[in-house]
Amino acid sequence: MARKILFQQAINEALDQEMARDPAVIVMGEDVVGGTGADGEMDAWGGVLGVTKGLYGKYGDRIMDTPISESAFVGAAIGAATCGMRPVCELMFIDFLGVCFDQIYNQAAKFRYMFGGKARTPVVIRTMIGAGFRAAAQHSQSLYPIFTHIPGLKVVVPSSPYDAKGLLIQAIRDDDPVIFCEHKALYAMEGEVPEESYTIPFGEANIVREGKDVTIVALARMVSFAQKAAEALAKEGISCEIIDPRTTSPLDEDTILESVENTGRLVIVDESSPRCGTAADISAMVAQKGFDLLEAPIQMVTPPHTPVPFSGVLEDLYIPNAEKIEAAVRKCLEYA
Amino acid sequence: MMGNPAIIPVTMPKWGLSMQEGKVVEWLVPVGTSVQPGDQMLDIETEKIANTFEALDAGLLRRQVAQADDVLPIGALLGVLAPESVSDEEVDAYIAEFQANYVPPEETAGDSGPDYRWADVDGLRLRYVKVGDAGPAVILIHGFGGDLGNWLFNQEPLAAGAEVYALDLPGHGQSGKNLTDASVPGLAATVVGFMESVGITKAHLVGHSLGGAISLQLAAKEPGRVLSLSLLAPAGLGATINGAYLRGFIEGESRRDMKPVLQQLVADPELITRQLLDDILKFKRTDGVPAALAAIAAGFIEGDAQKVNLRDVPAQAGVPVQVIWGREDKIIPVSQAEGLSGNVAVHVLEGVGHLVQMEAATQVNALVKALL
Repeated sequence: MARKILFQQAINEALDQEMARDPAVIVMGEDVVGGTGADGEMDAWGGVLGVTKGLYGKYGDRIMDTPISESAFVGAAIGAATCGMRPVCELMFIDFLGVCFDQIYNQAAKFRYMFGGKARTPVVIRTMIGAGFRAAAQHSQSLYPIFTHIPGLKVVVPSSPYDAKGLLIQAIRDDDPVIFCEHKALYAMEGEVPEESYTIPFGEANIVREGKDVTIVALARMVSFAQKAAEALAKEGISCEIIDPRTTSPLDEDTILESVENTGRLVIVDESSPRCGTAADISAMVAQKGFDLLEAPIQMVTPPHTPVPFSGVLEDLYIPNAEKIEAAVRKCLEYA
Repeated sequence: MMGNPAIIPVTMPKWGLSMQEGKVVEWLVPVGTSVQPGDQMLDIETEKIANTFEALDAGLLRRQVAQADDVLPIGALLGVLAPESVSDEEVDAYIAEFQANYVPPEETAGDSGPDYRWADVDGLRLRYVKVGDAGPAVILIHGFGGDLGNWLFNQEPLAAGAEVYALDLPGHGQSGKNLTDASVPGLAATVVGFMESVGITKAHLVGHSLGGAISLQLAAKEPGRVLSLSLLAPAGLGATINGAYLRGFIEGESRRDMKPVLQQLVADPELITRQLLDDILKFKRTDGVPAALAAIAAGFIEGDAQKVNLRDVPAQAGVPVQVIWGREDKIIPVSQAEGLSGNVAVHVLEGVGHLVQMEAATQVNALVKALL
């Protein structure tokens, strides 16, 4: 029987299996133990959403609660990584990474290059992304393009429990700093996940659905919206291929270009802001390397260039959805 | 009514335990064609695989009820066979009645998917599936890099009148990856352990490729446990093997690497779908798999040479032995089927590659059944 577990359980299982495999793996962050630090699960809540629940009872001091001082503990994790540990550092919301930017983009990302290739920084920074929780402008962003912009960082944006587990294990074993972005709305998603440990290489897109008329590139939560749109369009005989890059850095350009070669039409769905965002980045890449393959202008489905609204009505309008994706696909097909 | 017995329905097959529905790709024969069992009728695609549906009965194709791109549950009506003597009205009435009475099978309660079982052999967990509950035991043993899913066109058809077991060999599928003995004798001993664990005293062995060598080894060592040997493109009978294929299988890291490697397995490269490539890459990325595959390969090949010679086994086996080989086999040459001892029935299938049980399932099933 293929086993099904939740996205957040897949994250937990990846951490558990890697901690069991390698004593250098440690977990640190705000409330990752939770409670007052008693033994077992009685008092160890395991993070605000319980993602690290159960690990403290098993691994004790290798799970560390930190003060609410992001610049300090992110820096400590990076330092520990340079000294032989493999820290998985949780910074609750990607919105807060701004306070430790020097540590991430000018230190961790650069060590390998500043020390003649002799330094390694195998740190993973896990963080939540995404709108849809009425959490307003400071807790709802999808800021992965900022990290994608920085050479020396790897950026992972999983869309399913299976991918979350394999990509997190890969991230922990990777010798470079990895920003691992978990969409809040996916934690309750259920999917088939093998019990054994496995990896998914970075820079290999997943072909979520095969199709021949239009290519839809989508990330994280947008993948399920793209699937919904593709199912609706299939009823009208429109066949969509869905590509999930899974990592924005490195980016699997080949799989995207090969798909566009077959379809001639491209829709990119991305929850990050449209200016200098992932959709713009992929769009530019295809326009440059695949111009001759295109039979219609590339369509981008993104939020408007505004902060995430607090108003629920406006927030719902802000987030891309299946209807907007369908409309973009139809627009592509207007060009015969 | 369901009146005229001369009218035979052609229905959506069930390929493998997890199949719920299939998509009609295209009909390969027009209405008015007279088909024989084994004739190719239409291409069907499932989540896992695309393949050609072969006629199960002889008859005149009167109607194509399902059309290209229709997605239908298993058992749904695809077409109708009936002799010319049956009127069009009778055929129409038959279709109307079939459709009115057809109930799609319920999805398996809870998690859909096959009923996997587990056996513990010397501390190693082996996954297996059992189909059928009466008759002699049959054990299906896959080849290098395969798993029990390689028998998706065979296990259920063989299970009418037999208890058919398909297992994942050590290091494969979802079985344990920490092999203590990766040699062919070691793997044969594991299969013996599996038989003891699930309570099989004697079995018909059906082995593909490396699984063929394992079957031969088992028959040599423990002849009392074997009722017959059906060896499909087996290892162990000749000097050479396509070592580049095995190395490519072990080393390939991407869909791009793996596609040309896996296409060597079949005569029709279209059978190697993107889904199949993804499934094999997922398997290869499981912890312990690369080491297990390397150890198993080292146990039976060196370069392009086979290290295990079991060519004398069939003559001494004392049970029926047959060899089934695809003429187009690019992994183990079909010439190794020549010159075997006289008690071995040799069947060479035209237009078929190494994955003979998938590419020519109907023929292979009929040959295996004849030996049970």
